[in-house]
Amino acid sequence: MRAFWIAVLCAMLAACASTDEQAAAGVEDRKPGTEARGVEAGGPSGVGLTDAQRAALTNPSSPLSKRSIFYDFDKYDVKAEYRPLVEAHAQFLRDNSSLKILIQGNTDDRGSREYNIALGQRRSDGVKKMMILLGVHEDQVEAVSLGEEKPRALGSTEDAWAQNRRSDILYPGEY
Amino acid sequence: MPQLELRSVTLMNIASGRQAAPARWQAYLRRALCAMLLALVAAPAAAQLTIEITGAGEKRLPIAIVPLAGEGVLPASISSIVRADLERSGLFRGIEIPVMQPHPTETSNVDYAEWRARLADALVLGSVATRPDGKFEVRFRLFDVVKQTPAGGVAYTLTREQVRATAHRIADYVYEKLTGEKGVFSTKIAYVVKRGTVYELQIADADGANGFFVLRSNEPILSPVWSPNGSQLAYVSFEQKKPIVYVHSLRDGRRRVVANFKGSNSAPAWAPDGNTLAVTLSRDGGSQLFLVNPDGSNVRRLTRTSAIDTEPRFSPDGQFIYFTSDRGGSPQVYRMPAGGGAAQRITFDGDYNVSPRVSPDGKRLAFIHRSSGRYQAALLDLDTRQLQILTDSARDESPSFAPNGRMILFATVIGGRGVLSAVSADGRVKQRLTVAAGDVREPAWGPFIQ
Repeated sequence: MRAFWIAVLCAMLAACASTDEQAAAGVEDRKPGTEARGVEAGGPSGVGLTDAQRAALTNPSSPLSKRSIFYDFDKYDVKAEYRPLVEAHAQFLRDNSSLKILIQGNTDDRGSREYNIALGQRRSDGVKKMMILLGVHEDQVEAVSLGEEKPRALGSTEDAWAQNRRSDILYPGEY
Repeated sequence: MPQLELRSVTLMNIASGRQAAPARWQAYLRRALCAMLLALVAAPAAAQLTIEITGAGEKRLPIAIVPLAGEGVLPASISSIVRADLERSGLFRGIEIPVMQPHPTETSNVDYAEWRARLADALVLGSVATRPDGKFEVRFRLFDVVKQTPAGGVAYTLTREQVRATAHRIADYVYEKLTGEKGVFSTKIAYVVKRGTVYELQIADADGANGFFVLRSNEPILSPVWSPNGSQLAYVSFEQKKPIVYVHSLRDGRRRVVANFKGSNSAPAWAPDGNTLAVTLSRDGGSQLFLVNPDGSNVRRLTRTSAIDTEPRFSPDGQFIYFTSDRGGSPQVYRMPAGGGAAQRITFDGDYNVSPRVSPDGKRLAFIHRSSGRYQAALLDLDTRQLQILTDSARDESPSFAPNGRMILFATVIGGRGVLSAVSADGRVKQRLTVAAGDVREPAWGPFIQ
């Protein structure tokens, strides 16, 4: 029994350590710290941002500083009001072709958690597709879903739900 | 120290052959139409599970469980645990036991008339002895008071740490003798607890005792599923900021990545032989079903649609995979051959039927049904197509059958908090499982202990 607990604690410490490293090093290594036989290296393992890139992405007067696309209930298409935002990021990625981004799709908290992962994926896939049509290389974009698991707003109100029906664009060091 | 797996205990059948459960009792219990198998008591340390019974069977079989002679030497009272297990099943009612001189044991001559006068239909007598090696020997015998005949008995050799496990085995034995069905008192449940921003994947005994965590993370954990032999859990963890499927050995705590492809990896399900997992991957765009070996090798695509295909579950015979798809315009449950092929729609009632789980006998399907904005656990008879809504709640999720099919454990929200609830397959008996200062969700009832 003691050996079991030691093994569990070691596994937990290993997991914590890899998470801490990742936090410290941005997104340098997205491979888990566990054995991964037969597994493709998933996702962007992109380089970090330069100071100029970071400045461009955080300039409040630039559409690049906006990272979230919101959706109507049960909808997955990028609404017209968010097209300039997606286009600005697509342009930025074309201009910085070594940069990789993560698009996280999210849903409100109604219904099945697993089905909501699929619904959030449909949202992030939609943004990714639009970026590729705008000339971004496929390898620069990973679309994933967090489903209902990481709500921005808590509560069961239409306002909270609307904030959680969302895709977020994240650059290296931001996730 | 919590115990993860039951160690083997010596079993000796001291009854002269098994006797069929008395027909009268079986009819009695069928009429009772309820089984409360999730028996939960205040648990130590990590789990802190508490149980609230919100319904019980109409008719419960009265049973006298006499304290085992000499059980005071044990750290816990076996007779009390057996009685609590059986009572929480909703099928039994323990009767009060007077002080008796001399205290009867499994070898005593039973005065059936006296027990009938106490209105007991069944009787358990036993004793505990300390062996020279420091272990204990527990013997008990079950009596049919109505037919005035012994109905079986077992002897166990156990250590101090095995008292609760042994009591659950005795409860399973009595339950099976009297109902004709296997008991689930010795099984485990897995679930996720969220406290603040900390997520724990925990395992507890089916009575809520001995809870402990197998994984703690600052990111969400979801969709735990037991391997068929109970030695591993597959689940989805967000620890790398996206959903990735892991298999976690409960023997040594080692974890292995099963699916970490570009995009999202989720919804693991074990094939009944334990050699294959079905998962949902978005690596090719969309959410589609794939098969993968538990070591992450041999990935092959199972569905090829532009729709969402997710939440796979194998039928108990391994022939089919039930899953959720919106290929018809709304999320519904479909079924397809496990090796691939055309899918057949299973649910038709309403515009949101998700999270399918096949009963252990393969005859019923539990899932979440939306009606008037409420998400409720529902049960579909796959032969008669009769649909039954099992709850009156509004936020049910993640149903999970007990391995004997008698109860369905699921997550729901009560007073803004995530709790687990258990409902008998007829919807009559309900129990609620809460955890102090946290949300409980994503329950998975483990298999029978081999």
